[in-house]
Amino acid sequence: MSSPEETVLESGSARPGEQVRAAIANVNADGLQPEPARPRLFEKRKTVHNRRIDGPFRRFKWTVMVVTLAIYYGTPWIRWDRGPYAPDQAVLIDLANRRFYMFGIEIWPHEFYFVAGLLVMAGIGLFLVTSAVGRAWCGYACPQTVWTDLFQHIDRFVDGDRNARMRLDAAPWTLNKVARRAFKWTIYLVISFWTGGAWIMYFADAPTLTHDFWTGQAAPIAYVTVGILTLTTFTLGGFMREQVCIYMCPWPRIQSAMMDEKSLTVTYKDWRGEPRGSVKKAQKEPGKFGDCIDCLQCVAVCPTGIDIREGPQIGCITCALCIDACDRVMAEIGRPRGLIDYITLEDAKREAAGEPARPAWKVLLRPRTIVYFSVWGAIGLALLFALGTRSHTDISVAPDRNPPYMLMSDGSVRNAYTVKLRNMQSRPRQMKVAIAGLPGAAMWSDEMGRDAAARELIFTVPADSTAPQRLYLVAPAGTPAQDFAFTVTSLDDQRETDAAETRFSAPGEGQ
Amino acid sequence: MASSDPRPGAGRRIDEPTGTQTVGHEWDGIEELDTPMPRWWLWTFYLTIVWGLVYVVLYPAWPLVTQATEGVLGWSSRGQLAEEMTRESERKAPILAALAQVPIERLPEDSERMRAAIAGGRAAFKVNCVQCHGAGAAGGPGYPNLNDDDWLWGGDLKAIEYTLMKGIRQPGVDETRQSQMPAFDGILTAEQIGQVADHVLSLSGKARPSPAGAQLFADNCALCHGPQGRGDRALGAPNLADAIWLYGSSREQVVRQIRAPRHGVMPAWEHRLDPVTIKMLAAYVHSLGGGEDFVEVAADPAVQVDEQP
Repeated sequence: MSSPEETVLESGSARPGEQVRAAIANVNADGLQPEPARPRLFEKRKTVHNRRIDGPFRRFKWTVMVVTLAIYYGTPWIRWDRGPYAPDQAVLIDLANRRFYMFGIEIWPHEFYFVAGLLVMAGIGLFLVTSAVGRAWCGYACPQTVWTDLFQHIDRFVDGDRNARMRLDAAPWTLNKVARRAFKWTIYLVISFWTGGAWIMYFADAPTLTHDFWTGQAAPIAYVTVGILTLTTFTLGGFMREQVCIYMCPWPRIQSAMMDEKSLTVTYKDWRGEPRGSVKKAQKEPGKFGDCIDCLQCVAVCPTGIDIREGPQIGCITCALCIDACDRVMAEIGRPRGLIDYITLEDAKREAAGEPARPAWKVLLRPRTIVYFSVWGAIGLALLFALGTRSHTDISVAPDRNPPYMLMSDGSVRNAYTVKLRNMQSRPRQMKVAIAGLPGAAMWSDEMGRDAAARELIFTVPADSTAPQRLYLVAPAGTPAQDFAFTVTSLDDQRETDAAETRFSAPGEGQ
Repeated sequence: MASSDPRPGAGRRIDEPTGTQTVGHEWDGIEELDTPMPRWWLWTFYLTIVWGLVYVVLYPAWPLVTQATEGVLGWSSRGQLAEEMTRESERKAPILAALAQVPIERLPEDSERMRAAIAGGRAAFKVNCVQCHGAGAAGGPGYPNLNDDDWLWGGDLKAIEYTLMKGIRQPGVDETRQSQMPAFDGILTAEQIGQVADHVLSLSGKARPSPAGAQLFADNCALCHGPQGRGDRALGAPNLADAIWLYGSSREQVVRQIRAPRHGVMPAWEHRLDPVTIKMLAAYVHSLGGGEDFVEVAADPAVQVDEQP
């Protein structure tokens, strides 16, 4: 299956330790003092030129890539009518006005627990997925994986498949190579710029921002953000690639702790494959060799450039492209598929001992995944319940503390309160504020005088905003200090109500 | 046990599973692999050095004897503060100019302008007034509470502004608010002073009426405080029939105030603060909840009300 030239190249890209080992072996062979060679402090990155492959997993990766990129680039352009008082962008993180819009849901800063809940769900969702199917996030859905995959397809489109790219890499810098590199990096840059540009669209009205961006009227932070994201996408997607997964990302380390022997992972079935031997050798000496013919196709297609046959390792993002490659080879030489396959480490042991593999549902349904799923689902249901029952009317009260009360010339006692009325609907609403308790008391606001004092006041609260009102409340002489409440009722069809407990202070309190 | 061989590189061996050389140390069987760093990591390290060099050139960096090197950008945190303060004064300049133009009794006509004045007054109050009147403007014994509806000299904007400008009993200021209650120690006997105190307290229901005290009050006090004891703002004579007492409402406190009255002094702010700040302070004090409306506002906005407050 593999050309001689390619095999040579493969062994040339052996891991560093092997070279050191070879060096020591040479020294020993010369009969000299066995002194280890000094290791290199730094190691040059070995470019991964992964071969094109087709198969069920590759097609799944295509689907995930198309869906996730479409969501990322397209979401800010979806419109959603919210009436004249609110933006019409379906998903909008309005930092300036402290609002988060997501289709029919609008979240205020004090409701950030919804976002926190979603983040907790995302975290537990990752636990669930990891304990069930291992590093599926790394293999299919992680942005680093998706963009790396995209950039690797661009490499293939511009420079050809694996062998052509390796030849071009080794070739001298001719005009042709310079032109190819310039072309390729330009495509990288365009995609990177588009990626950065899409990001800022989540934070402002997309069509307006696009216009402002190109006419130089957007905020400086917009250009800075696009610049930084263009640079990071260009570097991380175009050049760093698997180095991000191996050296920078904490998730592979966390996942090492999340996975156990019951999690599905991409595994080379060494009991079936070893010892390796070509088809010809196997024909000569039947029964001596395993199924692996050492064609190195699993290595050639790997986007992180590892050899899965060395066992589970941090560089394996479980994208399963090696499964596609190996299955294809096995089909060609007429051996059963699945020499490399998704299997749990526990099942691997059972299979190696000759026992049959367990059915998939048994692998996926186990106490750990069920507990994760229950927690995940419970949080989701709780969030939905909270979302369905939340009120769009709210009152909060802060009593003046200095002075806590004020003696008026007629002997009555005045307290002052800052009352905040919150209207979370995208339309102005009238709200009635009333005193609950505190007989004989009346209140007035800054806009009116004491002669207009009443037990109920009506305020118009602008759409989607909080209106602070300073209220003066006066109670007859001799009213003792006591607790009471302000209530608010929205004067519309919904008749939403809320109340805020507070305290009326009077002379003699605390003595 | 650590290797006793001091030669560098001694004790190094190749770790079989990874094929990586160890650093040569061993602690109870635990060894460290000498995995080479990725080359790009080195480049990021060099990049931080370059960043540092550029920073040292651009910004203040090297400490010298009296100050640090200034950096070619000339940036300093003091300079940044000065810049921000300048920007803020530039922002406020038109608001202050507008406030300087408008006569104080017309301030409430524009609610935006009034809010700006109140906000400015709140800040100035914290600097100049809280020492006597308290952070909440609630005053204390001898220092008037500015939140209530009882005013010795008038509670509309113009009266408050006048009090601020000229002060109360401020020596050396001709037009200062002036009132002087005589000390009755020696004029009235101790018993008579007690009777007057009883009558005064009875006005707000704090004591039983005293006919002798009422007679003494009519003879000695009603001239300034009025026959009903309701006071007179023109004279700065306090209302004795209400619930608010500057020097306390106990009998002893009232007796002491009749015998040997205390007279508080408020400084004149005319020459200490600029007119706009005084205007803003007046607006703030007026906004605390007890402010009174100015009765007569001239129909023509250009005409200032020239009335002795």
